[in-house]
Amino acid sequence: MQAIRRRAVIAAGVVAALSIGVAGCAKSDRDSGTEVKSTGGTFIFAGAGDPKNFDPIFNDDGESFRPIRQLYDTLVTHKPGTADLTGGLAESWENDPTGKVWTFKLRQGVKFHDGTALDATAVCANFDRWYNMKGEAAQSQMIYYTDIFGGFAGSPDALYDNCKASDAATAVLTLKKYKGAFPGAFALTAFSIASPAALKQYDADTVTQNGDSFAYSSFANEHPTGTGAFTFGGWNKATGEITLNRNPDYWGDKAKVDKMIIKVIKDENTRKQELRAGTVQAIDFPAPADRKALASEGYKVLDRPAFNILYLGINQKNNPKLKDLRVRQAIAYALNRAQLVQTKGPGGSAVADEFLPNTVLGYATDVQKYAYDVAKAKQLLADAGATGLTLNFYYPTEVSRPYMPNPQEIFTVLANDLQAAGIKVNGVPRPWNGGFKDDVQQFGKQDLHILGWTGDYNDPGNFVGTFFGRGKVEFGDQAMTEMFDAIGKADATVDQSAKKAAFEQVNRDLATKWLPAVPIWHAPPAVVTTKNVAGLVPSPLTAEQFNTVSLTK
Amino acid sequence: MVRVISRRLIQLVATVLALMTLVFFWLRSLPGGPVDALLGERATPQTRELLTRALGYDQPIWVQYGRFLKNVVTGNFGNSIRTGEPVTAVIGRAFPATVELAVAAIIIAIGLGIPLGYLAARHRGRLLDNATIIVTLIGISIPIFFLGYLLKDWLTQGIHVFPPSGRISTGLDNTDVTGLFVLDGLLTREFDASADALWHLVLPAFTLATIPLAIIIRITRASVLDVLDEDYIRTADAKGLRNATIRKRHVLRNALLPVVTTIGLQTGALLAGAVLTEKVYNWGGLGTLITDSISGGRDYPVLQALILLAAVVFIVVNLVVDLSYAIIDPRVRVQ
Repeated sequence: MQAIRRRAVIAAGVVAALSIGVAGCAKSDRDSGTEVKSTGGTFIFAGAGDPKNFDPIFNDDGESFRPIRQLYDTLVTHKPGTADLTGGLAESWENDPTGKVWTFKLRQGVKFHDGTALDATAVCANFDRWYNMKGEAAQSQMIYYTDIFGGFAGSPDALYDNCKASDAATAVLTLKKYKGAFPGAFALTAFSIASPAALKQYDADTVTQNGDSFAYSSFANEHPTGTGAFTFGGWNKATGEITLNRNPDYWGDKAKVDKMIIKVIKDENTRKQELRAGTVQAIDFPAPADRKALASEGYKVLDRPAFNILYLGINQKNNPKLKDLRVRQAIAYALNRAQLVQTKGPGGSAVADEFLPNTVLGYATDVQKYAYDVAKAKQLLADAGATGLTLNFYYPTEVSRPYMPNPQEIFTVLANDLQAAGIKVNGVPRPWNGGFKDDVQQFGKQDLHILGWTGDYNDPGNFVGTFFGRGKVEFGDQAMTEMFDAIGKADATVDQSAKKAAFEQVNRDLATKWLPAVPIWHAPPAVVTTKNVAGLVPSPLTAEQFNTVSLTK
Repeated sequence: MVRVISRRLIQLVATVLALMTLVFFWLRSLPGGPVDALLGERATPQTRELLTRALGYDQPIWVQYGRFLKNVVTGNFGNSIRTGEPVTAVIGRAFPATVELAVAAIIIAIGLGIPLGYLAARHRGRLLDNATIIVTLIGISIPIFFLGYLLKDWLTQGIHVFPPSGRISTGLDNTDVTGLFVLDGLLTREFDASADALWHLVLPAFTLATIPLAIIIRITRASVLDVLDEDYIRTADAKGLRNATIRKRHVLRNALLPVVTTIGLQTGALLAGAVLTEKVYNWGGLGTLITDSISGGRDYPVLQALILLAAVVFIVVNLVVDLSYAIIDPRVRVQ
């Protein structure tokens, strides 16, 4: 007994001695310098997922873009709270009559976070860098670049020709041919301008491959260097915190808070609880069901203007009856979309009659609308000889998108509507990342499916062009050439008023002649803040800039 | 002893190899894949093709398997597909978080479980015993995520007794030495960070501890009851030994064997419980990593390494349990 006790005492002594010993060795990294008492405080925003890295060109998702937008600027940007273009790093821009040459007049006196100057050479260095990116690993991560600029050096599809600095304040970008996506696409966060000096110093272009995955440079992870209203303060992956510090030399409105922390909280419910506990000041994407409660508790529920679309896709390949326009129209008439918006739509959502929001160029005010009419649906089905139609309706599970917060519930309502019109629905749930996208977009197994899109920039091509501009497995018919041609032509129109007219006609025809899918709703995602947060302007593109945010007591 | 350990290690290697092979093929037979998850809605078919080639998924499966085996043998687990970091870094960050949580849960489970089980046995059939049985039944049967949400709702929302999620307050800027935040705070003398981390630890640790706690109580109770009925206890009593001596030396020590076995098994099970607990409390440990790696993009390299780690932990814990028998029970040593 004595022996045991003695042993215990020795053990305890050893542990204590060790801790004290180690305590002497481990040093606190904390900044012990005299901290200037914050005037603006720290703004903590709960994000919904991890960013990938902070090199704009290698990213394509909202969670990466949120911090990137604070760190960098684009040549062209959007007026706060709208999708309208305004000057960013370029004070003005113009397109020559061929539509191929873009001239940017740059803002003077803008400095990157590393102190180097933003001038035309720096801007062109960015365009050159993207075009000349080497290696499949790096190229495969440049999703927006491939989409907009077609390809890289050596590729016949590449749109980029050259970029020249005609003087320090004038950058001239020449493309191989006109592209309708511009100037809107210049405002894409992926095309943010980075410091060429820092890109070089931190080896930004080196994307190395290790086994079956890649590693990014220290530029992308530790030293992102732009011109933005905040500078990079670090990403603590253990705690899921991205720290952004106020940039005192910012060219535009300097940030009102001293520091902003983006705290990653993946669970929707937990984000809400943290807001209620007062540990974060703003949360993104509240559950539609929580909106009312949060508003009544005094939180500010800020709706973003709609810039997305949910649609019911129709695949014409598997079931020949769906090739008949009358059957597709019957499906449209059978859906009680107004009621769906009321019962399942997030606040601020509205029935969609077209595949683009009304803020986008080419939205037509006079398209054929399919108001809920079961009798008409049944009549059309009978006329087409399609009574007793059975359709496989694919819908995603394990996912929540801003335009589709609760796919399962949306499916249930739509399926009930279709059944009421005499269409038998065979529901097929598939996990979002585990088969839904494959089955729908690659294999085309479905007859019907729900899917949607959030716009990237203000251009009709980004909406209708994305869905219907070319043959897609999703909609089954590779031969809807009339539709592809009309959209292609509209997209290639240089003159803006002619382009507007062309796309208005496309939207009319989409509703009356082609109806390849049924638009369901525009459902703007909200952002919620505590009462003491002021100045947050919700953006339709989810592209909030937080330099305008201030905290009141 | 050395022979036992070395035999176990050989078993470990064989088990792990078989498991890795199984996992490799199983993961790749799941629908969907990293390419789609990585690229999202905006990718053109060209980009899709480019990425498939860059990741080597266009090669035959046996070529991929060969490359995979070579990498595993050379200790190269690759980089996370999702984040681009080396897998060892990703897991190295998540592992301490789960260790901190699991150790806290085990301390709660053992610290409360053995005394309570013992007391229940001593007061067999009386109020304390019955109450313990009912409470442990609830503890075993209540789903972890439900309890987690319930505790959160009660103690973090209306009244802010505990923080709702996370391991430490946002913006506290604690120094990370070992990744075990409570310990780090002590080591670096950032005592506020230690206290803060401990405060964040209470609810998740308790949530995770409920099932092992309930099981340990029940096993201890049953085991103590068994021992109390043994002849040698009656003998000890009859020869006039003091009650305290009988309890400590004869009852508890003998009763502890099945309890230790249970603790070993439960430590492995904690990993499964951690998946749910970490989800509820946004904990950022291995459990979070597993769910992220599966649902957020089929992160093969991370998943493979995680499963390897889980197997090794499970096997090592069981080895330690076996070895600890020898210390507790001299009879095992003789054999």
